[in-house]
Amino acid sequence: MRRKVQFMIVQMEGNDMKILVPVKRVIDYNVKPRVKSDGSGVDLANVKMSMNPFDEISVEEAIRLKEAGKAEEIVAVSVGPQKAQETLRTALAMGADRAILVNTDEEVEPLGVAKILAKIVEEEAPQLVICGKQAIDDDSNQTGQMLAALLGWGQGTFANTVELDGNSVDVKREIDGGLQTVKLNLPAVVTTDLRLNEPRYASLPNIMKAKKKPMDEKTVADYGVDITPRLTTTNVSEPPVRQAGEKVADVDALVEKLKAVGAI
Amino acid sequence: MKTLIWVEHDNASMKDATLAVVTAAAKLGEVHALVAGSGCASVADQVAKVDGIATVHVADDAALANGLAENVAPLVAGLMDSHDAFLAPATTTGKNIAPRVAALLDVMQISDILSVESADTFTRPIYAGNAIATVKTSDSKLVITVRGTAFDKAATEGGSASIEAVGGASDAGTSAFVSEEIAKSERPELTSAKTIVSGGRALGSSEKFEEVITPLADKLGAAIGASRAAVDAGYVPNDYQVGQTGKIVAPEVYMAIGISGAIQHLAGMKDSKVIVAINKDEDAPIFQVADIGLVADLFDAVPELTSKV
Ligand SMILES: Cc1cc2nc3c(=O)[nH]c(=O)nc-3n(C[C@H](O)[C@H](O)[C@H](O)COP(=O)(O)OP(=O)(O)OC[C@H]3O[C@@H](n4cnc5c(N)ncnc54)[C@H](O)[C@@H]3O)c2cc1C
Ligand SMILES: Nc1ncnc2c1ncn2[C@@H]1O[C@H](COP(=O)(O)O)[C@@H](O)[C@H]1O
Repeated sequence: MRRKVQFMIVQMEGNDMKILVPVKRVIDYNVKPRVKSDGSGVDLANVKMSMNPFDEISVEEAIRLKEAGKAEEIVAVSVGPQKAQETLRTALAMGADRAILVNTDEEVEPLGVAKILAKIVEEEAPQLVICGKQAIDDDSNQTGQMLAALLGWGQGTFANTVELDGNSVDVKREIDGGLQTVKLNLPAVVTTDLRLNEPRYASLPNIMKAKKKPMDEKTVADYGVDITPRLTTTNVSEPPVRQAGEKVADVDALVEKLKAVGAI
Repeated sequence: MKTLIWVEHDNASMKDATLAVVTAAAKLGEVHALVAGSGCASVADQVAKVDGIATVHVADDAALANGLAENVAPLVAGLMDSHDAFLAPATTTGKNIAPRVAALLDVMQISDILSVESADTFTRPIYAGNAIATVKTSDSKLVITVRGTAFDKAATEGGSASIEAVGGASDAGTSAFVSEEIAKSERPELTSAKTIVSGGRALGSSEKFEEVITPLADKLGAAIGASRAAVDAGYVPNDYQVGQTGKIVAPEVYMAIGISGAIQHLAGMKDSKVIVAINKDEDAPIFQVADIGLVADLFDAVPELTSKV
């Protein structure tokens, strides 16, 4: 009797746990973005693009859960242009099992992305979706929360620690005053913060192996979702430039300056 | 337009972050406030005194005690039947709740606004503040988060709003609060401090951070901030992080000590009035935005500075 119960628990933890990881292709975080002079946007021609850094953290977390025997399969998803394939290959090389590209040249807003992801969740039935907390291009910080709302699931945003346990997940969250822990029933959405883990680099053999992993190509129409933008960007401008001030020679001169500007 | 603002609080007192939201909302129309919590009557009293608020709606329910988005968002979405815009501060609470409300209403959130240009047009930073986008919405209901440093704070006195109880809160049953680790400190809060002393990776350890940065901050009555590198290395808690993905600050004086000035850090502090940088590398990018720069070893310069201010 006892044995049987244990066996069932193992089954629940191991075999059913599928993790969906949405990853976005964005400007590399080391690149300083340049605003186009006609105010139409940021110049992305010939600019290095990478996986959104928070999404690397998401992929890493999913892999660690799999390595710990708590997850079975990791599916990476990206909504974006054909080139987003590269981002998905990176996720596969890190250790995701398969990928889905929802191919579109339109700029899809977080609400649209969340709607597409909700459809994919219906098909794939993951127990956990791990998003980044924020895409470093639009800085929206919305998609994961929106997805959780559309699915009626719990949300553990800005995760510092994720502990998966049978039917629930404990998420320690980075909040303004410190840390907060919430317990979510599964299935649930988690969004990752910087301290959750340090993402690995894909090794050369794994990059080779990733080329053979399955990648499904879909279109937005396959999901029957209306992604018509709700927001129109009418102008993109440079922020006011700050002029560098002056350097002072020593601490005494610094104190003088601080007094002069009324800082002390 | 009738707006509904999210009051940030801990069931005992209203947080300052609320006040900038009042100012932003007032640019759109009549300001109504929502105090959602448990045993939060004293918060409602404080909010009613804030200048510029017409009505304070109080939802007092055990399910709202910890501001769980799963329980709060349906309540807000319900109240949006009789309001046109929901505005929350771009704090971790606001960022957690507002997008969930937006999705329930089937509208796009406008994140982190810097200005209200008109009833449907706003500016907001993108690409770590390296670009400012002007966005116009076609949604009939607005859901907005507000950057606190971009709007003046409403006065905490002078108002006399009516207080109304609202019901209908319930536990969605999908999440539960477990615990919280909130550091209590005598220091001013980072986002409302007049002076901030921030330390970076160069400090080398939490002991050194404490030994070098803290006495200067004490002397100046300043809040303490940090770069991501200093937080990641465990010198200080995560909520000290200033930057694109941490806290956005704009104090009178910001001192960056042993911080290189990566764009992600600048995104969080470059609207400070006076920026002071101490760095031993004269080419450090922080000097490109600093009003006053000192090229020096911080382990010599900062103790000397502390003794002389
Ligand atoms: C997705 C993402 C989000 C990020 N978000 C943020 C964010 O919100 N906030 C943030 O800060 N960073 C953020 N970063 C990290 C950012 O890119 C930088 O890595 C970080 O800001 C560097 O911190 P630092 O300046 O302390 O360290 P470093 O870049 O290592 O700089 C240390 C500086 O100290 C100086 N120094 C060394 N020794 C001394 C000494 N004895 N005396 C004086 N000076 C000395 C050096 O010359 C150097 O300039 C983010 C990165 C990513 C990828
Ligand atoms: N086009 C996209 N494709 C896949 N995932 C996305 C996309 N856009 C946003 N996401 C996910 O949502 C997170 C938050 O993005 P945002 O709400 O745009 O700041 C990202 O870190 C991704 O995990």
